[in-house]
Amino acid sequence: MDVLTRHHVRVTGRPDGRTMMFAHGFGCDQHMWRFVAPAFEDDFRVVLFDHAGAGGSDPKAYDERRHSSLEGYARDVLDICAALDVADGVFVGHSVSSMIGALAALAEPERFGRLVMVSPSPRYIDDTGYVGGFSESDIRELLDSLDSNYLGWSSAMAPVIMANDDRPELQEELTDSFCRADPAIARRFAEVTFTSDNRADLPRVGTPTLVLQCTQDAIAPVTVGQYVAATMPNASLVMLEATGHCPNLSAPEETVAAIAPFVRGCDPVAR
Amino acid sequence: MTFQAASEAFYAALLDDDPEQLYDRAPCGYLTTTPDGLLVKANATFLELTGYQREELVGRRTFAELLTAGGRIYHETHYAPMLRMHGRVREVALDLVRGDGGRVPVLVNAVLDQDTDGVPRAVRIAVFDATHRREYERELLRAKQQAEQSERRAQALARTLQSTLIPPSPPSLPGLDVTAAYRPAGNGEEVGGDFYDVFEIAQGDWVVALGDVCGKGVDAAVVTALVRYTIRALTVQRSRPSDVLTSLNEVLLAQGSERFCTVVVVRLRLDAGAWRATVGSGGHPLPLHVSSRDGMRTVGEPGTLIGVLPDVQVSDRSVRLDPGDLLVLFTDGVTEGRRGSEFFGEQRLRRSVLAHRDAAVPAEGILGDVLDFQEGRARDDIAVVAVRVPVLSSAGEETAPAREEPRP
Repeated sequence: MDVLTRHHVRVTGRPDGRTMMFAHGFGCDQHMWRFVAPAFEDDFRVVLFDHAGAGGSDPKAYDERRHSSLEGYARDVLDICAALDVADGVFVGHSVSSMIGALAALAEPERFGRLVMVSPSPRYIDDTGYVGGFSESDIRELLDSLDSNYLGWSSAMAPVIMANDDRPELQEELTDSFCRADPAIARRFAEVTFTSDNRADLPRVGTPTLVLQCTQDAIAPVTVGQYVAATMPNASLVMLEATGHCPNLSAPEETVAAIAPFVRGCDPVAR
Repeated sequence: MTFQAASEAFYAALLDDDPEQLYDRAPCGYLTTTPDGLLVKANATFLELTGYQREELVGRRTFAELLTAGGRIYHETHYAPMLRMHGRVREVALDLVRGDGGRVPVLVNAVLDQDTDGVPRAVRIAVFDATHRREYERELLRAKQQAEQSERRAQALARTLQSTLIPPSPPSLPGLDVTAAYRPAGNGEEVGGDFYDVFEIAQGDWVVALGDVCGKGVDAAVVTALVRYTIRALTVQRSRPSDVLTSLNEVLLAQGSERFCTVVVVRLRLDAGAWRATVGSGGHPLPLHVSSRDGMRTVGEPGTLIGVLPDVQVSDRSVRLDPGDLLVLFTDGVTEGRRGSEFFGEQRLRRSVLAHRDAAVPAEGILGDVLDFQEGRARDDIAVVAVRVPVLSSAGEETAPAREEPRP
C-alpha cells in the first residue's frame, strides 16, 4: 500500500501552488483543520493527512517500534513529502505535530521553508528550571483517563452526529472518522507525546517559524510558547486572543489571520 | 392507597416540580458555560456533589479547571474538539476535583448551543456521579488486562512447548540432504499434535520419525513428547521400524492415555556406498519415494494405529535411495489441507513433490504449496520431512542445488 493511502492523504487547492501541509495533534485527525485549511486553497497546494493509528489511516500503518518516538511520526511526514515531491513547503503542526514538524525539518531541511506551530510544547512535564505545566503523576492520570474513556470508545462514538444538515455526505464522513482511533494505539501515542522532550532539538531548527499561542491553554501554557519562540533561532511568537488548546477549531478566523501573512509574505520563487 | 390519597400525592408532586426545583434538585449536576468554558450557572446538585459554593465557581472558574490534570488534557484533546465539531459529547468519563481536594468520578454529557448562524453561544453540561460505576469499570479493565496477559503467556507457553516437539535446528546428515518444514494450525496459539525427529544412531545409520498424536493442546503435547522420546530410546535397541512401533504401542497402552497416534519410522543406512531406507508405518500416510528409475510411489504398508489395540499389524519395507532420489514424509495436514470443501489431496501433493524435487528446500516448497492452497491459514498442523540423496558429479563431489531463501 502506498504512503498516500496509508495516511489517508488528501490533496486540495492549487496543484501548482506552494505545498502547505497540515498535521493534526493527539486525539484527533485531519478534520481538525476543516475550518482553517480551506482558507489557503486558493494559492497553496493543501495537503492533509492522518497520523498512523488516527482517523482514516490504514491500521497497518502503525508500527509499534517505529512509532515509539516522535521521530517515527516525523519519518511518516517525510515519506509523504517524498511521495508528493514537496520542496520548500509550509508545515503547519498542531500541538504535538509542531515538534513532529521540527524533527522533520531537522532531518530534511529542504522540505519546508516555513514552519507554523500551533499550541506547541517541547516538553509537557516540569523539569528543573522549566515549567511544562504537568507532573509525571498528572500524565499517569491522563493515561488512566484514556483507559476509562476508551473502554466504551467505539460504541460511544458511533451515534455522534454532527449538526450539518445541508451536507449529509460530510456528516456521514465525520461520524465515521472524526476522532476514530484505535484505543491501544491512541494510548501509546499519548504516552509518546506526553513523555517527549524536544527542548534540545529546537535551537537546531533554523527554518523560519511562527509560534501561535493561545491565552489560557491548559496543555501548553503561555510560558511554554514563549520558551519555544525564544529557543528557536528564527522564530516569532503571535499571541492569540483565543483560549484553549485548539484555536484551529475554536477561533479559526483568528488562526487563519495569524498564519496568512507569515506564509504569504514570502515568495518561493524569489527565495 | 385510596384513589383520593393517590390523587393528592400526584398533585403535590406536580406542584413541587416548578422549573426552578426541576433545575436545582435534578438527580444530576447541571452546568452552563460560555463556549470557552467559563461557568455561568450551576445547580444545587452539582454544588452538593463537588462541595463548592456557587460564588466560587460562577464567573470565576472554567469547567476544565475543575478537572484533574489528566482530565484537563483529555478535555482539551478530545472533549472540546468533539463538542465543537459535533455539537455534543456523550458519556465522557472524567474526574472532578472537589472543593476539599477530593475527587469525584463522573460521567459527562454536554451539548453546544449555537445560534442560527452556527456561532456557539453556550455549553450545557450534565454531570452524573459515577463513583461505583467507575470502580466496576476499573475492575473490568483490570480483568481485561489480566486476560490479555494470560493469553500472551499461554501463547508463549504453546510456542515453547511446540518447539520441544521438533528438532531445534534443521537436521544435518552427512551424505544426505534432509529438509523439514513445520506449521502449527491456525495462528499457533495452541500446541499441535504433529511432530518429527531426525537423529543419528551410529555413523551411516540414521532415523527419521514423523507422526501425529490425535488432539491438540497440552494433553496431546504430553503424549507427543512421550512418543518422540520413546522412539529415540527404542531405536537404539531395535533396528527394525516395525519392532520400534510394536514396543511404542505397548508403552502407550501401559501409559493409559486415551490418545493414540499415527507414526512413520524410517531407518536410513549407508551400506556399501548406497543408502537404504527401511520404512515402518503405524497407521500413518505412507512416505512418497521419487526415483528416476521408478517414478513416484509410496513406500511401506499402512499398518494399524499406535496406542489403541494390544495387537498391532506393522511391517517393514525397504527401498534403495539412489543419487537424485527423494523420500517425502508428511502428516495428514498436507493431504487434508482444505479450501472450501476441496482437499489438497494426494494428486496435488504428488505434483508439488515433483515441482520441488530439485529445489534447495523441498520440504518448505511443499509446505508453501499447501499453505497457498489454504490461503495462508493452516487448518491443521502440517509437518513435512524430505530426504534427498545428492547427485554425484563426475569428480565424485556432491552437487547441491543453488540455495534459495526458504519460505517464511
